[in-house]
Amino acid sequence: MAVHGPVVKIHPVVLASIADSYERRNEGASRVIGTLLGTVDKHSVEVTNCFSVPHNESEDEVAVDMEFAKNMYELHKKVSPTEVIIGWYATGFDITEHSVLIHEYYSREAVNPIHLTVDTALQSNKMNIRAYISAQMGVPGKTVGVMFTPLTVKYIYYDTERIGVGLLQRTRDAPNRAKGLTSDLCQVGGAATRVQDMLTTVLAYIEEVLSGKVQADNSVGRFLTDLVSKVPKISAEDFESMLNSNINDLLMVTYLANLTQAQIALNEKLVIL
Amino acid sequence: MASRATLDSPVKQIQIEGLVVLKMIKHYQEEGQGTEVVQGVLLGLVVEDRLEITNCFPFPQHTEDDADFDEVQYQMEMMRSLRHVNIDHLHVGWYQSTYYGSFVSRALLDSQFSYQHAIEESVVLIYDPIKTAQGSLSLKAYRLTPKLMEICKEKDFSAEGLKKAMIGFEHMFEEVPIVIKNSHLINVLMWELEEKSTVADKHELLNLSSSNHLEKSLQLLMDRVDDMSQDIVKYNTYSRNLSKQQQQKHQYTQRRQQENAQRQTRGEPPLPEEDISKMFKPPQPPPRMDTLLIAGQINNYCQNVKEFTSQNLGKLFLAEALQGHNS
Repeated sequence: MAVHGPVVKIHPVVLASIADSYERRNEGASRVIGTLLGTVDKHSVEVTNCFSVPHNESEDEVAVDMEFAKNMYELHKKVSPTEVIIGWYATGFDITEHSVLIHEYYSREAVNPIHLTVDTALQSNKMNIRAYISAQMGVPGKTVGVMFTPLTVKYIYYDTERIGVGLLQRTRDAPNRAKGLTSDLCQVGGAATRVQDMLTTVLAYIEEVLSGKVQADNSVGRFLTDLVSKVPKISAEDFESMLNSNINDLLMVTYLANLTQAQIALNEKLVIL
Repeated sequence: MASRATLDSPVKQIQIEGLVVLKMIKHYQEEGQGTEVVQGVLLGLVVEDRLEITNCFPFPQHTEDDADFDEVQYQMEMMRSLRHVNIDHLHVGWYQSTYYGSFVSRALLDSQFSYQHAIEESVVLIYDPIKTAQGSLSLKAYRLTPKLMEICKEKDFSAEGLKKAMIGFEHMFEEVPIVIKNSHLINVLMWELEEKSTVADKHELLNLSSSNHLEKSLQLLMDRVDDMSQDIVKYNTYSRNLSKQQQQKHQYTQRRQQENAQRQTRGEPPLPEEDISKMFKPPQPPPRMDTLLIAGQINNYCQNVKEFTSQNLGKLFLAEALQGHNS
């Protein structure tokens, strides 16, 4: 089905926030709702922040603390004045009738609000993250209803965010879900191992193609030639001299740093005398 | 709630949730430009000897119009609101971004002291966005050592005070190890993101270019060393003035005594002993605290530079190995 409407770009911090507020929900509440903040572009909506709003939901009625939402929005505006209310989120799989009411409220706050659902109960063994926008439906003049049309969801990261998320993803593998931060050379070692792993996979693939087990794919072959030609061809002496001069620079800086540290340590001791 | 544990350090480890990390990164990315620092408050709780940080919220930038009124009220309102949604509202510290590692300053010291004075276990998290952009998350947690706390309490920043406490720049801050821990739900989220997102790893960590970063670091280091040498010159002039003054005092008393002896022999009344201290006003001793801070900052810069160079050496050897294979 054709998807009209803007593309929704979500930052990972929003999803982490939603998951966290779901975990902290009150007893008896089956789902959590909150406001989405972000910026609107011509064809896309970027969701950069969110906060949860307390609400009570029962069979027939729903009560949302609007005062609270307004207050929070004011506070958030002080920190990032460019963020505006662009919609709201709810955890849970389906869209209920109550959602329509809440959506109506948010239409008063923002132009064409986005509704985001995050399935934290993992009903289909996955955390479905979907975005919707409301559209009028029905016969004009008679009963008019509201239909939620889905939108494409993309995840975007800032560079630093990607690195943060990368680190967080490594905590999945640790047994007690905890991971310390590594330091200098270990990180380079880690990155090198990762590249090595990737190279092994590529080599395995090449072996299989050569031995005829897998059909050779031209596009993959092109990528491979790209890869090999990326290593620059420099004559051995030139490379040696470049390498040596770089190493000399780094060693000199290390020496200076050590010297400075020794100097201030000495100064300390002399002053205390 | 807070356990009064051993005296050396009530906090042995810091456990941060992934959410806090992401929020800090986002805050700097959106609001911090260039050398401005962004700050915020950390919320969490204390469990045995661990400090768990479960949430955070950013502080608005210092505006020209009104500073204090905004801050306190903003904080109060935020914490009240967060309590409604069951987020831990216990204030356990604050975070700050840094530019190339320059954060050891009087302002930081004062803030951390007031925090630590009010809340025993509080820490300051220093987030270095430039280092993070180079490939790996740079997050450090610091607390003031008990010695430094004592000094700040006395407000005695003179040379004698510092000498008494035998405090050197290494004993100012202590670093607390950080561990990142995620709940199961967040783990599920991470798996989802890995599946869905098509952003490839950019491997900035293996980037070979180093001169830009080194230049800036060295520039900052040179500025600090200049400050330090100015301070040292000031201290030298002070001690020279002091010794000169001592000599003058000595000479004066000697002359007085001589004169008095002469007058006695001549039978005249001795001259009144004038108050020496009023005549020779002792020079003001320069504050040593700033020197200490500068020394600490220089130390920090040197550490960072060394880390950076060791990383780059490793990368250069990697490149050599790759070249060697080809040729």
